[in-house]
Amino acid sequence: MQIIAKGLNFVYNKKTKFSVKALDNVDLTIDEGDFFGIIGHTGSGKSTFIQHLNALVPVQEGVLKVGDYDLSANAKKDKKALKTLRSKVGMVFQYPEYQLFEDTVFKDVAFGFSNFFPQASKRETADAVYEALSLVGLDPEKYAERSPFDLSGGQKRRVAIAGVIVTRPEILVLDEPVAGLDPKGKRELMKLLRTLHEKESKTIIIVSHDMDEVAENCNKVAVFSEGKIVRKGTPKDVFSDAEEIKKLRLDLPLTGYLCQTLKSKGVNVDCDLTEEDFIRKIQEIKRG
Amino acid sequence: MLQDLTFGQYYPTTSLVHKLDPRTKLLLLIAYITSIFVADNFYGLAAALLFLLIAVAFSAVPFWSVLKSVKSILFLVLFTFLLNLLFYAKKEGDTTLFWRITVEGLLSATFLASRLILLVMGSSVLTLTTTPVSLTDGIESLLKPLSYVKFPVHELALIMSIALRFIPTLAEETDRIIRAQKARGGDFDTGNFFKRIKALIPILIPLLVGAFRRADELGNAMDARCYSGSRNRTKYKKLKFTFRDLLATLFTAALVAGVVLLKIFF
Repeated sequence: MQIIAKGLNFVYNKKTKFSVKALDNVDLTIDEGDFFGIIGHTGSGKSTFIQHLNALVPVQEGVLKVGDYDLSANAKKDKKALKTLRSKVGMVFQYPEYQLFEDTVFKDVAFGFSNFFPQASKRETADAVYEALSLVGLDPEKYAERSPFDLSGGQKRRVAIAGVIVTRPEILVLDEPVAGLDPKGKRELMKLLRTLHEKESKTIIIVSHDMDEVAENCNKVAVFSEGKIVRKGTPKDVFSDAEEIKKLRLDLPLTGYLCQTLKSKGVNVDCDLTEEDFIRKIQEIKRG
Repeated sequence: MLQDLTFGQYYPTTSLVHKLDPRTKLLLLIAYITSIFVADNFYGLAAALLFLLIAVAFSAVPFWSVLKSVKSILFLVLFTFLLNLLFYAKKEGDTTLFWRITVEGLLSATFLASRLILLVMGSSVLTLTTTPVSLTDGIESLLKPLSYVKFPVHELALIMSIALRFIPTLAEETDRIIRAQKARGGDFDTGNFFKRIKALIPILIPLLVGAFRRADELGNAMDARCYSGSRNRTKYKKLKFTFRDLLATLFTAALVAGVVLLKIFF
């Protein structure tokens, strides 16, 4: 499913003196199979934008198409189609472990599945839940009957993500997926997302404050600032102008920073900002 | 959705009424409410209404906002009105309109309903012009004498301000949980009563868990800073009575005197 947004505008608290413009004429295309990064300073409209993608925030003005679903401001709303859309576009909020509520991991993960497929048999539900738990790296035999509240923070988050991917969405949107995790938890979760992207060929969209994460994983990036998209393209393009990135109150990824420093010393490293490529290019330069 | 929820609907502006000491406002509200209950005829209520209108005019709050407070108790007002209308104890010489409705019953029902409306509108002038924080400060200061009989006044005020402080936070959290469960196909607007109640579980449990987590964290943070309650604590904003408060008190005294006079002479 491809996502096409054209001229999206959104204002919070419309027509009151507290009104805030959250999206300002946003144009963006996210292709099927993208690992898309959305970055920007706090309050730049990122969260508002991603919540448009499965109609949690209704489009006020502009065109938005997600696959065959037309979410545009003037399009006809169909409740049944909306449910299908939400099962196809999985949304993982910030700190998703705070949404767990059932007494067993199994029931919590099954919540989304039963909501979207009320006709599914017990067997089908169990299969989907076990599949989702295995995908997030939790052994279903071991965890299914445990209480989600007894798990560690990282495990809780995995359960919450399993609760979203249980419906087998084609697009997975994650708002700050690794916030608050320890370094090991971060690495594991990013690895999980890469697996979902490569092996399950899901389109992944992440909102992140961690530029390294974005440079390392995303093939495309969009930078939000004050509701507008100010830059978009490959990480290399987006992070090419260090001055502008600084002006947007963002950082360069570590690789980008190194490239920039080396360039000022007269060494030009032309890499795509992933660690692997950076090291390869450095080795090439060393060899001459 | 829930972002619009603000407790006490404080209306941020500056006016004479806003600047009054919260204690003055609390005491004068009590005087106002008392005079509404002392009044036993429509003249007394008219005097209270006049007082209210003048207070609203001085508060720089749009009259519409004050009126909106009645909306939340509209059902109660109508209910009281109907009950009083239907179950009015008929006396000799009452004029019956039809069935068991009498002119006197109609008047008495209207009187009670007006009393309720005036009551709520008066209280909303207080909440519209006073921030929850200064309101708690005022209550704490007024209850101070109770601390001599070992009543934990400061702790009570602290509990109140913490509760008030966390209402918007929890509202925001509720909003986020609702969105998250909606994204997982949660349906909260359809089905019969019981189905809807059941649909609230995925919202209420995470909300409660979150509230306990926050309480725990806040408790730890307070302990870490050696918070010890009322002993020797000073205030950032000291409450002080001024000339304004005297004026407001005189004005309210006029209302009370007026109501009492109207009660005696009519």
